[in-house]
Amino acid sequence: MKVLVAVKRVVDYNVRIRVKSDGSGVDTDNVVMSMNPFDENGLEEALRMKQAGVATEIVAVTVGTEQSQDTLRSALAMGADRAILINAEEAPEPLGIAKLLSKVVEQEQPQVVILGKQAIDDDSNQTGQMLAALLNWPQGTFASKAEFEGDSVNLTRETDAGLETIKINLPAIITTDLRLNEPRLPKLPDIMKAKKKPIDMVEAASFGVDLTPRLEVVSVSAPEARKPGVIVANAAELIDKLKNEAGVL
Amino acid sequence: MSILVIAEHDNSALNANTLNTLNAAAKIGGDITLLVAGSDAQSVVDEAAAIASVSKVLSANDAALADGLAENIAWLVNGIAANYTHVLAPASNFGKNFLPRVAAMQDVMQVSDIVDVVSADTFVRPIYAGNALVTVKSSDSVKLITVRSTAFDAVEATGGSAAVEELAFGEAFEGVSFVSRDVTVSERPDLATAPIVVSGGRGVGSKEDFAIIEKLAEKMNAAVGASRAAVDAGYAPNDFQVGQTGKVVAPDIYFAIGISGAIQHQAGMRESKVIVAINKDEEAPIFQIATYGIVADLFDVVPELTELLS
Ligand SMILES: Cc1cc2nc3c(=O)[nH]c(=O)nc-3n(C[C@H](O)[C@H](O)[C@H](O)COP(=O)(O)OP(=O)(O)OC[C@H]3O[C@@H](n4cnc5c(N)ncnc54)[C@H](O)[C@@H]3O)c2cc1C
Ligand SMILES: Nc1ncnc2c1ncn2[C@@H]1O[C@H](COP(=O)(O)O)[C@@H](O)[C@H]1O
Repeated sequence: MKVLVAVKRVVDYNVRIRVKSDGSGVDTDNVVMSMNPFDENGLEEALRMKQAGVATEIVAVTVGTEQSQDTLRSALAMGADRAILINAEEAPEPLGIAKLLSKVVEQEQPQVVILGKQAIDDDSNQTGQMLAALLNWPQGTFASKAEFEGDSVNLTRETDAGLETIKINLPAIITTDLRLNEPRLPKLPDIMKAKKKPIDMVEAASFGVDLTPRLEVVSVSAPEARKPGVIVANAAELIDKLKNEAGVL
Repeated sequence: MSILVIAEHDNSALNANTLNTLNAAAKIGGDITLLVAGSDAQSVVDEAAAIASVSKVLSANDAALADGLAENIAWLVNGIAANYTHVLAPASNFGKNFLPRVAAMQDVMQVSDIVDVVSADTFVRPIYAGNALVTVKSSDSVKLITVRSTAFDAVEATGGSAAVEELAFGEAFEGVSFVSRDVTVSERPDLATAPIVVSGGRGVGSKEDFAIIEKLAEKMNAAVGASRAAVDAGYAPNDFQVGQTGKVVAPDIYFAIGISGAIQHQAGMRESKVIVAINKDEEAPIFQIATYGIVADLFDVVPELTELLS
């Protein structure tokens, strides 16, 4: 079966971002960018499916600017067979991304689409669920284990109370939690080979999807800083502070 | 304004986050309907009807709604969403799972995880693990919103007597079925709502030693939390994880013990009233946001603290 993996180029998780002083957004000039960590888990899962003989072809897809080619090259270096770049100058909202991905699904006819549970820049946690709705497919979100068995998947999900297992029939959407797997690091020869693998470029506009934003960004601000704290010497002093200074004990 | 709130529950009791979500609805202002979608969840329906700020309860009772499957709840909510100006759910794994599905069915862009209501169409939400707050204005005719419970106080759970109306469910979604649930049983209070949380990180070193975290928590009647590193290492179950991808908590006191304070961890606890950090590395980033810090070996300080609290 064919597996489609959605990957997003985001500010690296180690970067401490800065809010622009005019409140218009977050400063992303000259910061390290990488593949959304959850999407690395998605790709790793697809690669393991291929190793296990479940998947035959892995296609990575991203929506972004030409710079997102970097992210697709990383995906190809990890082991994706080919990649699709949907070129969009203005980053679409999750609803727009889901609509574009649904068009790719129509063209590519994968049996499984794997997305991250959330992109660590917008923290929306929506795209996979939206794509599932648009395709009228079942969804297995926040997956920490996926066992393929014939035409279905036994999927273990992380919930607020622990874990739950559901069974979903293919074709299906899966969104990943970080504990699904440990993504591999590409080796140098794989990085070299990835340079020869194909990336298809398509214009977002060519899909005939309305990408007009529904949410207007009024302003972006930094959260209130916490008041500087104090270092206390020992447990006794701490208890005293909690009781008599903070009044919380 | 007419607002639909989707209740989270386990068919026997209402989850406290529903009361916080109702407060966000009250801030938007208008008539509030609470939907209880479940199976034999009469006790939840009774609880829902008793909430003062709720004017109507919709009760959908069907075996297909027993386990919170997103496909079925989304179908149900989609059928009635157009009757409301706003549809709200808690930004828990339950709400995050089904509401975006409804949003796509309604062709609406959901506003995720709001922490403030500016007006009926303008909301504040954290992005970049809480390192920025964005204020967004929605132009959609129905506004679909998930609500961060720690950012809104709970409404009164009693004092009301709302009318209850039955809502029929259609056909269950084909191609998804519930298999099993593995719920963490803990004698400690619920992490999401406890006034005191004691969290341990990788510094605790082993599952066995994590008992010293639990002992301190027990002494203070606190909930136990953990960093992702501690969960990954198997010291604590996944639902103990606090952070960007775990739970968001805002207790009166949060103890971060053997936790470095990565931004992804801070995202889940930085709104706590008082933060106590115990770490042997004085350079650990957690000290930058801690109200009180102790630079020491946790294996010295934590047992001493536990002892002194007796
Ligand atoms: C996409 C993404 C999402 C993430 N989401 C989360 C999340 O939701 N929650 C989360 O917590 N993390 C999350 N992380 C991981 C995060 O980046 C950190 O790796 C993690 O929080 C580190 O956990 P830790 O502080 O326990 O471990 P470490 O960073 O290893 O820190 C251990 C600390 O213990 C101290 N220590 C060691 N021994 C002792 C001792 N004997 N006494 C006192 N102190 C001691 C050390 O000085 C150190 O500061 C996420 C990461 C990514 C990439
Ligand atoms: N621009 C994009 N291109 C490709 N995939 C994306 C894009 N934005 C989001 N996704 C996918 O959707 C997931 C969830 O993103 P979000 O709903 O924005 O939190 C991500 O982990 C990706 O797998």
